Amino acid sequence: MLKDILKILENDARTSPKQISDMTGMPLTEVTKLIKQAWQDRVILKYKAIVNWDKAENEHVFALIEVKLEPQKDVGFDSVAERIYRFPQARSVYLVSGTYDLLVLVVGKNNHEIANFVSQKLSHIDGVKATNTQFVLKRYKEDGEILEDKEEVNRQQVIL
Amino acid sequence: MPKQTRIQTKPKYNISRRTNALSPSGIRKFFDLVYSMPDAISLGVGEPDFVTPWHIREYAIESIEKGQTMYTSNSGIIELRKELNKYLKNEYGVDYDPNTEMLVTVGVSEGLDLAMRAIINIGDEVIISDPAYVAYASAVILADGVPVSVPTYESNSFALEAKDVEKYITQKTRAILIGYPSNPTGAVMSKEQLTAIAKLAQKHNLIVVSDEIYSKLVYGVTHTCIASLPGMKEHTVLLNGFSKAFAMTGWRVGYACAPKEIITAMTKIHQYSMMCVSTMGQMAAIEALRNGAESVKEMVDDYSRRRLVIVKGLRDIGLTCFEPKGAFYAFPSIKCTGMTSEEFAEKLLEEEKVAAVPGSAFGKCGEGYIRCSYATSLPKIEEALKRMRRFVNKYRKA
Repeated sequence: MLKDILKILENDARTSPKQISDMTGMPLTEVTKLIKQAWQDRVILKYKAIVNWDKAENEHVFALIEVKLEPQKDVGFDSVAERIYRFPQARSVYLVSGTYDLLVLVVGKNNHEIANFVSQKLSHIDGVKATNTQFVLKRYKEDGEILEDKEEVNRQQVIL
Repeated sequence: MPKQTRIQTKPKYNISRRTNALSPSGIRKFFDLVYSMPDAISLGVGEPDFVTPWHIREYAIESIEKGQTMYTSNSGIIELRKELNKYLKNEYGVDYDPNTEMLVTVGVSEGLDLAMRAIINIGDEVIISDPAYVAYASAVILADGVPVSVPTYESNSFALEAKDVEKYITQKTRAILIGYPSNPTGAVMSKEQLTAIAKLAQKHNLIVVSDEIYSKLVYGVTHTCIASLPGMKEHTVLLNGFSKAFAMTGWRVGYACAPKEIITAMTKIHQYSMMCVSTMGQMAAIEALRNGAESVKEMVDDYSRRRLVIVKGLRDIGLTCFEPKGAFYAFPSIKCTGMTSEEFAEKLLEEEKVAAVPGSAFGKCGEGYIRCSYATSLPKIEEALKRMRRFVNKYRKA
């Protein structure tokens, strides 16, 4: 089943179709077909690595920006959202319930770059009423992965 | 002053005959070696490689913060027993009274010991399967009983057949001790096979002591709790625990369910030897039962994938391996190499640094097999299979 394949790939995108076939008992041809279809249907969007940039000595700054919107006639929030998510700086864009409308996760090389993005780009977009920028001080967990070096739990000697 | 002479003899300790009668674990020396090899891959350990799910750990931490650090009642925290009653009803259709028919034990290990000591008199015979988990025979011997092994075979998926058992029943037979899903074989017994055992127990008025610790770890089949079969509650001591399904080995929490008289007897021993199970462990167990189903399912899904990989991998190497439907063990035959299980395991460790347990450690019928635990990560399993392929190709006869 596709769901089983997706679960395996979401956990480790490098798992080969052959391995998936072994893990699920599905024929290899079936696995390959389902994965191909999933790409075509954009069920699978991309395979990529979760990087701990702090360790790569490559400065990255993350910010969460709350955006308040003025609804646009006929198109609602979607067209404003699109104008925002088209920017490569916007890594994730969500429409949310609560006191603001969009939550935008922005990545930049430094604070300055993010400040520029907010003041020069984001705040000028038609329909954007207000923004509230929160710089990320520390990333603990990213996409389900803990960034701190985990203490290895070792099995002790037991006879059973 | 009188001269003192120092006598150089070592003190002589008299170890009890009962203890001396226990056979030393054949695999201990072997595993001392494994742990001294950092690049060895161990398929030897019968322990989940998962850490206890966080919500369970978190709940236990909270209970410690609240100061729940005192003894519990001997039988175990009543809320835990009530949760167990619900759980067992839902999962296996058995209904045990939390007040009189249940005892929380230090894992199945204690439950097994208590059950044997509570029902066995000197010289009573207890039937066990061969191969079987290493502690079974010892538990019987420690209770001054006599373990009687009934052979099981790969051709029959290592199930314990009633017709074979019947041949070994004597005037002295008191109980049948079974453990399915099985360590070491991964075998699961069908409802029909268990029904035949149940009928035998009723016919000869025997107690079935059923270790069902792996009951949640079954793949594509349903686990039948023998106590759920007609008339069997009166003939069963059901042993189970949290170690395998909930990845809670270190918490040491298990439970025994049986008719009131037997639980009373077991509790008597338990209160003098153990008093009660650790409070934190019991709190964690409550949380496991209330909210652990999703975590269990995830782990079972994971084991299931590894099971398919290891069984297919072993067969691709050319070893015959019957399909294990439960626990987390594969039990391939290594007869094609002409080696004994022990030779095979020793050489495999020495030459390829892969540890597996010789089947002979689990009884005579385990000779010619090795136990491979797949409670280890997939990349490690794949690497182990690669090394084993090299090894088997080198030593295969004809």
